[in-house]
Amino acid sequence: MFTVDSISIKYEQKNIINNFSFTAKQGEIVSIIGPNGSGKSTILKAVSRLIPYHTGSVVLEGTDLKSMSAKQVARKMCMLSQKNQAPSDMTVIDLVSYGRYPHKKWFERLDNEDMEIVHWALEKTHLTAYKDRPIVSLSGGESQRAWIAMALAQRPKVLLLDEPTTYLDISHQHEVLELVRELNQDMGMTVVMVLHDLNQASCYSDSVVVVQGGEKAMHGTPNQVMTTDMIRKVYRMDSEIQYIPTEKKPRIHLLSTVK
Amino acid sequence: MINTSRSRIIVTFTLILAIVAGIIAIGVGGVYIPIPDILSTLFSSSSDTVNSTIIWDIRLPRVLLAMIIGANIAISGALLQAVMGNPLADPGLTGVTSGAAACVLVIMLAAPEYTQFIPIAAFGGGLFAASIVYALAWRRSGISPVTIILSGVAVNALCGGLIGLLTIMYSDRLPAAVQWLNGSLAAKGNNALMMVLPYAIVGWILSFFAIRKANIIRLGDQVASNLGENVNRIRILLSLLAVFLAAISVAAIGMIGFVGLVVPHMARLLVGSDYKYMMPMSMALGALVLLIADTGGRTLFSPLDIPAGILMAVIGAPYFLYLMRKKAF
Repeated sequence: MFTVDSISIKYEQKNIINNFSFTAKQGEIVSIIGPNGSGKSTILKAVSRLIPYHTGSVVLEGTDLKSMSAKQVARKMCMLSQKNQAPSDMTVIDLVSYGRYPHKKWFERLDNEDMEIVHWALEKTHLTAYKDRPIVSLSGGESQRAWIAMALAQRPKVLLLDEPTTYLDISHQHEVLELVRELNQDMGMTVVMVLHDLNQASCYSDSVVVVQGGEKAMHGTPNQVMTTDMIRKVYRMDSEIQYIPTEKKPRIHLLSTVK
Repeated sequence: MINTSRSRIIVTFTLILAIVAGIIAIGVGGVYIPIPDILSTLFSSSSDTVNSTIIWDIRLPRVLLAMIIGANIAISGALLQAVMGNPLADPGLTGVTSGAAACVLVIMLAAPEYTQFIPIAAFGGGLFAASIVYALAWRRSGISPVTIILSGVAVNALCGGLIGLLTIMYSDRLPAAVQWLNGSLAAKGNNALMMVLPYAIVGWILSFFAIRKANIIRLGDQVASNLGENVNRIRILLSLLAVFLAAISVAAIGMIGFVGLVVPHMARLLVGSDYKYMMPMSMALGALVLLIADTGGRTLFSPLDIPAGILMAVIGAPYFLYLMRKKAF
């Protein structure tokens, strides 16, 4: 269980996020959606301790994150930003190895067990063949997979992804999301991600949280959340929701902006 | 792609090259001493008093001092480049060198009776400059490299002004400080060496412990903090170390530019950006480069002793421009 309990975030005296709560069950994929400026990325940043929150708490498996050291948190939770930059000559395997450092004391070297986990993470992300290539020589999708492999090497219980598909083309977007789903199903890893694309959110998540103006507007399964009403209210767009018999999740067909 | 065993060989080779260059440099100068004589004086109790005096009291301290300080400034630059995430960062650019120099100059010119406090003044001045840079660059979310460099420019201008003012106010005492201001190792003997050596050893040991943190911080603030690191604390500790290494060098021989900028850059080209190799490489290469600059300075225009800082500027600035032209930054 991963619970975000009524957190509020202020930036320069202004409230960005008000009393925001949600719960992700163990092994669930939760997507956070909302228009630009709604605060969805801010929530993820606060949860991953990149920015402070002023009230509320984030609880992982019964423990408040604030009572844990940064390293202890890093062993249980990992956050990946939209875009990450590796030094130009760093190889894939070197990058993935850094994921093991939260499990090491400052003087300890990586041992065989660590390297086994690194190789396992490379295999899970289908990067074993690329392990000695520099990150910069990879395509956008491959490099995003390398960062996910680094996150995997941390062996987190919860993986936070901030718009993991933003800078990728369509097939790479799906490649990354399919990988996320695969990892979630194989390992029971809880995933919380911020997405822009409503269809991707619908297709790849067990539940969807809608954020509007710094507050939670809705939370439920894709079927409950993806309604023409919600889209009209939150995104100011007219839409059709299509239910295709062969698919469990609704498809959103956007029509036009609300005049 | 940079191969790690290749990097290891290059680092070892550079280290050996620096040591060999050091031995050769002991031989060259007003009195030429052949290498076999140098080795026999160094490794046995030779009775040749003229050679042993030249070697032990003049050449060896100067050679060692050049190498130690070259290594110090290069490591300092390498650390600052990691901390600020910018390959342009070096002790000169951030104002650390000129801050330290301004404080040293106050003692040298205005209070020459307190010369024993020069190392402390240098550290204080460097720290003061660095603190101003950090205070100006500090934001809620941390320290941004761009603002750090802009405030470094301002601090440099301020300290440069102070140095200018001091040289005008105390122009009668200036000759004593001119050599130092230009970064000269002339007439530096065992005293200066013994002052620098203990600090340098401490600094080097700490630098080797800093390698992993420097590597992690290179991945960016978000990734580093995601790996459970306190990014701002790493920044402050590594910066303190960089200031320390730069300040003791300024205290000993004055302002030497470009070593902290050019050497880590060359090291990166040769062994890649992994600090596991880049840090020892910067150290060996820094020692070699400053040794060449100093030995060149004292032999090329003999009997004139051109300060190493001047030679470094003459060689370093065009190299820097060449890097800019290649858009290496």
